Amino acid sequence: MSEENAGGVAKKFLYVNRKAPYGTIYALESLEVVLIGAAFEQDVSLAFLGDGVYQLTKGQDTKSLEVKNFSPTYRALEDYDVTKLYVEEGALQARGLSESDLVVPVEVVSAQRMAEIMEGQDVILSF
Amino acid sequence: MKFGILVNEGPYTHQASDTAYQFVKAALAKGHEIYRVFFYHDGVNNATRLTVPPQDDRNIVKRWSELAAQHKLDLVVCIAAAQRRGLMDKSEAKRNGKDADNIAPGFRISGLGQLIEAGIQADRLVVFGA
Repeated sequence: MSEENAGGVAKKFLYVNRKAPYGTIYALESLEVVLIGAAFEQDVSLAFLGDGVYQLTKGQDTKSLEVKNFSPTYRALEDYDVTKLYVEEGALQARGLSESDLVVPVEVVSAQRMAEIMEGQDVILSF
Repeated sequence: MKFGILVNEGPYTHQASDTAYQFVKAALAKGHEIYRVFFYHDGVNNATRLTVPPQDDRNIVKRWSELAAQHKLDLVVCIAAAQRRGLMDKSEAKRNGKDADNIAPGFRISGLGQLIEAGIQADRLVVFGA
């Protein structure tokens, strides 16, 4: 699929997830961009801030909401070579969560480190 | 500079589309290039030609169409987001067995790859809304 990478050099894409998985469609549609974008062979990272950390929590049950539980899709990201998932430490702590509550392996980083990660990107898509 | 633009919110409810429009106009006036404007999430609603805003208010959809015609802008509406929200062009309407289409002039429906491509090709991708 390198022909899709018209510039030849991969850019660094960061998807910033800030919203809870349900209640609004942002999390789901952000994930759709990530999956489509994976075909373009760019350098992809995901960041989870604020309520965005809830997107990754285990044991999501959406049955009574009558919306699809899309949290298993995060486990498939590895198959798309999307493996850099950064979670902001303070966001987890403020919500009484730890890394073991999440469906995928992530790197828990400080707000300071998150700022550095953002600084190093070419394209930031914030949802 | 070459800009890519992402509009994530619908017209009137949210300021995102207005701000994006003013940004695009200002960038063009300064001699910059707009590689593409991509409409996602409720932003796809900026592309319906069936809006009828009050006469003393701005017509957001028409304004985008006119700017596109004037500057040959590439206004792209995400197909997946559009289908969820009932935005379609003639061929999509036919393909999905619907009796109407509602895409305003100057907009086209395409995939999310067009957004990624804008991120790759533009010097800056500027996100409005969400």
